[in-house]
Amino acid sequence: MSDAYLAIEGLTKAYPGVVANDDVSFSIEPGQVHALLGENGAGKSTLVKMIYGLVKPDAGRMTVNGAPYEPADPHAARAAGVAMVFQHFSLFDALDVAENIALGMDDPPPMRELSQRITDVSEAYGLPLDPSRRVGDLSAGERQRVEIIRCLLQNPKLLIMDEPTSVLTPQEVEILFKTLNTLAAEGTAILYISHKLEEIRALCDHATVLRLGKVVAECNPREKTARELAEMMVGQTLHTPTRDYSEPGEVLLEVSDLSLTPANEFGTRLREVSFELRAGEVLGIAGVAGNGQDELLAALSGERTTAPGTITLKGQPIGRLGPNARRAAGLLAAPEERLGHAAAPGMSLTENALLTGEVREKLTSSGFVAWQKARSFAARVIEAFDVRTPGTETAAGALSGGNLQKFVIGREILQRPDVFVVNQPTWGVDASAAAAIRQAILDLSASGAGVVCISQDLDELMEVSDRITALTEGRLAPPRPAKGITIEAIGLMMGGAHDMDVAHPEEVHA
Amino acid sequence: MSLVRLEKRPAPSRLFSGLTPLMAVIATMVAGGILFAFLGFDPLVAIRTIFWDPLFDPQFGPYSRPQLLVKAGPLILIATGLALGFRAGIWNIGAEGQYIMGAVVGAGVGLAFYPSESPLIFPLMVVSGALGGWAWAMIPAILKTRFGTNEILVSLMLVYVAENILASVSSGLLRNPEGRGFPGSRNLARDYPAASNPELIAGTGMHWGVVAAFIVVILTYVLMTRHRMGYSIRLAGEAPRAARFAGVSPARLILFCLGTAGALAGLAGLFEVTGPAGQITIDFNTGYGFTAIIVAFLGRLHPVGILLAGLLMALTYIGGELAQLMLGMPAAAIQLFQGMLLFFLLAMDVFANYRIRIGNPEVAK
Repeated sequence: MSDAYLAIEGLTKAYPGVVANDDVSFSIEPGQVHALLGENGAGKSTLVKMIYGLVKPDAGRMTVNGAPYEPADPHAARAAGVAMVFQHFSLFDALDVAENIALGMDDPPPMRELSQRITDVSEAYGLPLDPSRRVGDLSAGERQRVEIIRCLLQNPKLLIMDEPTSVLTPQEVEILFKTLNTLAAEGTAILYISHKLEEIRALCDHATVLRLGKVVAECNPREKTARELAEMMVGQTLHTPTRDYSEPGEVLLEVSDLSLTPANEFGTRLREVSFELRAGEVLGIAGVAGNGQDELLAALSGERTTAPGTITLKGQPIGRLGPNARRAAGLLAAPEERLGHAAAPGMSLTENALLTGEVREKLTSSGFVAWQKARSFAARVIEAFDVRTPGTETAAGALSGGNLQKFVIGREILQRPDVFVVNQPTWGVDASAAAAIRQAILDLSASGAGVVCISQDLDELMEVSDRITALTEGRLAPPRPAKGITIEAIGLMMGGAHDMDVAHPEEVHA
Repeated sequence: MSLVRLEKRPAPSRLFSGLTPLMAVIATMVAGGILFAFLGFDPLVAIRTIFWDPLFDPQFGPYSRPQLLVKAGPLILIATGLALGFRAGIWNIGAEGQYIMGAVVGAGVGLAFYPSESPLIFPLMVVSGALGGWAWAMIPAILKTRFGTNEILVSLMLVYVAENILASVSSGLLRNPEGRGFPGSRNLARDYPAASNPELIAGTGMHWGVVAAFIVVILTYVLMTRHRMGYSIRLAGEAPRAARFAGVSPARLILFCLGTAGALAGLAGLFEVTGPAGQITIDFNTGYGFTAIIVAFLGRLHPVGILLAGLLMALTYIGGELAQLMLGMPAAAIQLFQGMLLFFLLAMDVFANYRIRIGNPEVAK
């Protein structure tokens, strides 16, 4: 305990209706890469917010180098040597890198000096970054570097990283890990929050596992399997999705030369996307968000229409058809954004069941809504997909992310689609809900439907896909069989390595 | 770092959504009372003159009571249509123009048949009035769907175009040939029985426009709760992206909402010109189209709420006139009082969406 940089004892924080942290204690030593593991809602965010001075604990105490540490705000936390990189970046697109960094500093030096320091730090830690570039033009990985360098300029003794790899390609992850290891070797303590278990096993030498706000285990993640870690997180034996490989059937969906200009200036243009989807098959589409995933889903769901021949469903051209006509033809979709796209947050689950179920479940007759039928359809989805909710009249926005996602996926699957297109099926969903969703996708394909699964989570794609491809800057790579494919191979398909060449040319081609 | 904080509710409170109009009315009475006191009027007398005397004063009641329905009818009719669009995020601010055009077109059609006594004249005028308002609203609707113009600006500016058309026809095309050169059409209510919209039950103010308003309230209620169009409207207002995903065509929604609002405003204009106003004149329009916006929000964009809000608004109009007459209160003070009502309503919305917390500030989870 005496050599710990940060020690936490009995930290407790309650919100109305939920105890976010209950008597949490652990300590971090200098140079330690310490993982904070837990499902969504386990209390990880609340805990780090208390360390970073954003939230005041109800009880318990923290010490830094043995002295009491009670940060009133992030300013005080930074002064004590604690820095944090958030999952969501707080950068201004219209400003350049140096200006953004200056904005986040408590006492920024003159611009010229700052630019020099940015260049020095970025070179020292293998994070190439030009201080004069506009942030709007940077990739997600580069934006994260801005945040990291902003922290490093303050010489932190403890660096907190909240889900840092969710926006990175595998190659970018590798560069980040090198940087973190360098920092740790210099004696910086790192608190690393993630639910990606393989990453934690590769990076961290100590892990604290939180469940329902309590510390349930501490371990060295390198000595555990990913499965053991996952079971510590959820507190039960995990159900691994099972599948029967079957011979793919006839072609259900054919997309040929699909090009689409984005609906707004921040979108990505789809360029000559072509693929085939067969009955009983799951086609996994990898890629970092913002590479055309939303546009591809919109083109397939019918929210955007294209030339008739570019999309063919069971031999019928459907490019011109709108969402409901495509639903009638057997193509259903589940977009990434649950709130406001897949579901209307302020409306009840019954009303949200009607949102996509109207045509196939015949929830209207001569223009009038059969609310009783809509209600019973919602109830069937809730029952079949184990959606935890007080009832069908609860507002969608009141459900947790995982439960709403189960509802959204279940609503489509219960309509027995011939082709199901899903974007980020388990984004922000806890481990047990994610396993249930993946199993449902596999069951659907086993029943003879074709599934297009767009995801950033490569482990997920390896688990569910028969064939895998990647979407990069609106282009789709030729699909490859998923059996035997490596993460590195998918990473190269994603082509996310192109802006890494400057830094580590030798690793990219390794 | 204040001790009183607002905390967002997970879902808007139903209790407060229902209570806020009442709280807004009370707050308006209090603030209005203070205003009246500063102007040198006894606040209690002023409030009583506005809210109580029009209905129950033995002297003025019999005169002003029928005015309640006469004034509330067009407000309810227009506001119900506007609320459809407002629910879907389509902002028709030009109901005043649609109201004028409904009256002009409807009256024009009726006058074209003068002095026919056919019982079909009035129904034909009703249809024409609705079509006139509908067509006027189709201008911003089509410009929006075709060219992405802003319906707020276009519909609002068309009010001024409509006012000029009104001025033109009342001294030109529709001028009463027997009117000795005075601007203004024949008096439909007095001189043209086949085209008149009479008081149906003596002493109540009830005319066909009021009947239409009640029917429209019921139909809109059914539309919003039972019909897929009402669902589409609510969905588009709640989550536009989800609406597109559900297959709702934004263009069709715009055409429907603007078109319906225009037709209802046109109807209101037609019933007004054939009844209470009696004729097309330069100053035929008195601002119902704008006041209806307030009525729509005061009624929470809900048909039944609008019915009540329309009656309340009509009451403040009549009461306001009475206060001017009896107490010599300036018209601006009355308008300010009416403006306060909308202001307080919107301000009270805070309580529906937020909870007030007293205690230490901190960043929530």
